[in-house]
Order: sequence, then C-alpha cells, then structure tokens
Amino acid sequence: MNATWHWFIAAIAVGSIIGCLWLLFSNARGTPGESTTGHVWDDDLREYNNPLPRWWLNMFILTIVFGVGYLVYYPGLGAFAGKSGWTQEKQLAERMAVVKAKRQAVYATLGDRDVAALSKDPAVLSLGREVFLNNCAGCHGADARGARGFPNLADKDWIYGGTPEAIVTSITNGRQGQMPTFSATLDPKVTDDLVDTVKHWSDPNFNAQRRENAMKTFAVTCAACHGADGKGNPYIGAPNLTDNIWLHGGSREKIRETILFGRKSSMPAHKDILGGDDIRVVSSYVYSLSQTP
Amino acid sequence: MSGPLHDKIERNIGLMGILIAVAISFGGLVEILPLMHQSSTTQPAPGLKIRTPLEVAGRDVYIREGCYNCHSQMVRSLHEEVMRYGPASTAGESVWDHPFQWGSKRTGPDLARVGGRYSDDWHVIHLKNPRDVVPESNMPGYPWLAATPLKADDVVAEMRALSRVGVPFTEQEIAAAPAAVEGHTQMDALIAFLQSLKVPKPEAPVVTPPPTPEQAPAPAETPAEAPAAGEAAPATTDAAAPAQ
Repeated sequence: MNATWHWFIAAIAVGSIIGCLWLLFSNARGTPGESTTGHVWDDDLREYNNPLPRWWLNMFILTIVFGVGYLVYYPGLGAFAGKSGWTQEKQLAERMAVVKAKRQAVYATLGDRDVAALSKDPAVLSLGREVFLNNCAGCHGADARGARGFPNLADKDWIYGGTPEAIVTSITNGRQGQMPTFSATLDPKVTDDLVDTVKHWSDPNFNAQRRENAMKTFAVTCAACHGADGKGNPYIGAPNLTDNIWLHGGSREKIRETILFGRKSSMPAHKDILGGDDIRVVSSYVYSLSQTP
Repeated sequence: MSGPLHDKIERNIGLMGILIAVAISFGGLVEILPLMHQSSTTQPAPGLKIRTPLEVAGRDVYIREGCYNCHSQMVRSLHEEVMRYGPASTAGESVWDHPFQWGSKRTGPDLARVGGRYSDDWHVIHLKNPRDVVPESNMPGYPWLAATPLKADDVVAEMRALSRVGVPFTEQEIAAAPAAVEGHTQMDALIAFLQSLKVPKPEAPVVTPPPTPEQAPAPAETPAEAPAAGEAAPATTDAAAPAQ
C-alpha cells in the first residue's frame, strides 16, 4: 500500500469518527420539551425536537471508544500496523506452531522404531487412522476396503507389495499402473479362451483344451508382466491373476474390457502433501490392516 | 437540531438521497477501493499459471453446474483448514479468475488444493457417480459430462472475454485453443480444471511442447502447455509498505 492510499484510508476513517462525534453532540444539545420540529398537523399537533436519550448517546460513545481502541490496537488505519502487531499470517503461524509442537511431541515418542514396530502401537494407529481418513479415504474408502479400480488395503493381497518399505514407497512416490491395450494385436479367436482362462485360472475343472489354447497366447503376450504362473509382479505392479481378487472387476465383461482396452491406474505421490512422520504413521496404520490373522 | 439546513434536507428527497449515498460510500471507499490498487490483490501470486484452454473450458463447466454452491475454493488462514487442505489461499491466486470461485458454502470439501490429490480416473468415476468411490457421499452424479464434447467456439469466446478483463492470454494461445480442446469432453475439461487447483509453485517450468490433439487427457501432466506465469506477468512485490 503506498502513501497516498494510506492517507486516503486514514483520513476517511478518522474523519468519519470525528463526524460521528460531531453529529452526536450536536444532537445532544437542548433540553426535552424546549423546541419543536416545526411541523404542524391537524391545526395544533406538533412534534417535540427532543435531544437523543442519554443512555442511547452513551452507548454510541462507547462504540466510538471501542472503535478508536480497535484502530490503535489492530491494523486498520491504512498502513498503520497497530500496537499489537497482529496480522492474520502471524496468528496462523502461531497456531500452526502450537499444533505442530503437539504433533511433534507425539512423533517424538515414535523414536527410531520402524513401521512394523509402530503398527503395534495403538496410539500411533489412531494417529495414522486420522491421517488416512483425511488423505486416503477418498479413493481407498473410510474402511480402507477400496472400490473398483482402487485397491483394498485391508486384505492380504498387494499389487506393489505389502512390506512396510513397499507401503512407504507407494505413499511417498505414488504408483502409476498401466495395462496396455491388446485390442489391435490379440487374435479375436483366442480372446474368449484367454478371458475365461484368466477368470477360471485356479479352477481345476476348467476346460483343459481352452486353457492350453489360451496359455500359448498368455506366454507371449501376458507373461512378461504377470509372470508365466500368473502370480503377478509387485515390482511393476502387475496383479496376481490366480486369486479371486479383481481390481477392475472379475466378471467376464470386465476382464475382457481390461485385456482389450487396457487400464490406467494412478496413485498420486504424497511426499509434497504429507510430512515424513505423517507417512510413517499412516504407513503403520495401513500395514496394520493386513496384519490381523 | 432543527436549523434551516435540516429543514431543507428533510423536504428535498433528492438531496437527502444523494447525502445518504455519500454517507454510506465511506465504508466502500476505505475497504474496497484501495484493494483495487494494491499489488497483493491485483498481481498474480508468484508461480501462478495461466489456465490452459482445457482448464478454461473446465472452469466454465464448474460454474455452469453450480459446483460453487457446495464447494468453496478458499482455504482460510485458520490452522484447522491449513492442516486439512493445505496452505492458506492468497488473493494473488485469484487475480485471473473472473469471477473468482471462493464460494461461501461447504456442503462438500474445499477444492482450492484438490489438484493432484486424486488420479484422473478417480475423478471420472467420482463425477459419474460419487458413491462408487465414496459410499457416504451425497454429491449428485454428472454422467452426461463424459458424453458431451466441448465446443471450440465457446472456449475461444471465453478466452477472448477473459483476456478483455485482464487475463494475459496471447493470440497464439487463443488460436491454439480449438486444437487443444479437440476431441475432449466436458468431463476431461472439468477434471483438467480440478487438477489445476493447487498452490502456485514459483519455479517456472521450462518451455513446452504444444499440446497434441491425440494426447490422452492427462491434465495433471500437462500444465506446461501454458507459458510460465513469470514470463506473462512478472510477480511484483509491494515496495511501499507492510501489506495490510
């Protein structure tokens, strides 16, 4: 704010206060019943021009006193910063310091325990749950059971690995999952067999002829990521196909859609959103979810 | 007080109207007028990125669908909000928003820092039917957005209108807009806009390949389409006095 605006604001504000006082006292003169407003109705009906009641005047003066005090104490008169030195930013910084100190006190109790050890501490878990609900529940659900396209974190199946280290990495750096599209390259005659083979992978009663037919394609097209045994690869986030857990749906239609048109999944990196200790406690919480027998 | 002046004002409604207007203008003169001449409210925040055509279109969808009725876009400087959403909003973040989307009602959460917190796919699912990912949500679904293509003319007109009120779009950017929104739906645009809502980062990204139409909608990765804000309008700091 430059000097012109400073004086512009200060002059109007101070002028208004003085104007209010003048108006007030000019209206306070006189004694009740002394003069009339000069209007006459119905021949002889007149209206007294009485001064304002004393109690009302006093209240008004109190508000002016309050206003002056406010402008002295708080910033308001142009660039004048106020005697208290209060600013919105400073107040926020002070509150944040208090809150962070409280957090820090809790985090100090974490010591150098690793995520696995922390996941057995109820106090850490309750803190971790708080971070989870605020940052993770949107996709993974308040119960951490996920939704279609967003992994269930409460089971024992992990796409990128369920070790404490893998969980910390997933949260810190995010994950970009990509299943390519095969609609252009896949022989349409083999697609049905492939879909059903993937769907019934662990079903011993599935048609052996169709499985054999599909596995020829699987070996050249799918095994590079999902492994020859279909058990997936946590290093590249290729899901295990042999269990009955389906990230993008396990119906024939959904599996066909996945194979033909691919999938893109993205877990955002949280290193800029959460602090290192936040990541530790939320990782402990997430890790604990899959540790119950 | 009943002098000739009082008498005159009381008997002349036009004069009284003018004087009333003068009396109540003082508040605005002190509280509103100076803000229009203060760099903290008129200059873009350091690192503020100018919106891409897709984001401009998405902002239109945001306004049209009334998102502001339930979502604010202003993190207030209270520690509860900063803890939940991220750094408090500053006036300089909104200088290119006409009108700004601060909002005043939060049936849903604040969105000023929502960019990058969810994947694009999450937004698609969530906008079509929020309960597919957030079972307790009471937000309506907006499935038609995914089936409604953008109109290039609308985006160009919107960018021209915005540049008329001070958003520094260049002629090249406006000329490139039809190609940038080609083949995109209103859903893509809205998601691009949502993904752009984040704290401006002062470090300027390096120059930028022009957007290609066949690029998949991945707005989180393409904010570099716009030139760095620092080039378009250098951030200024208030030289004179402590900011109020």
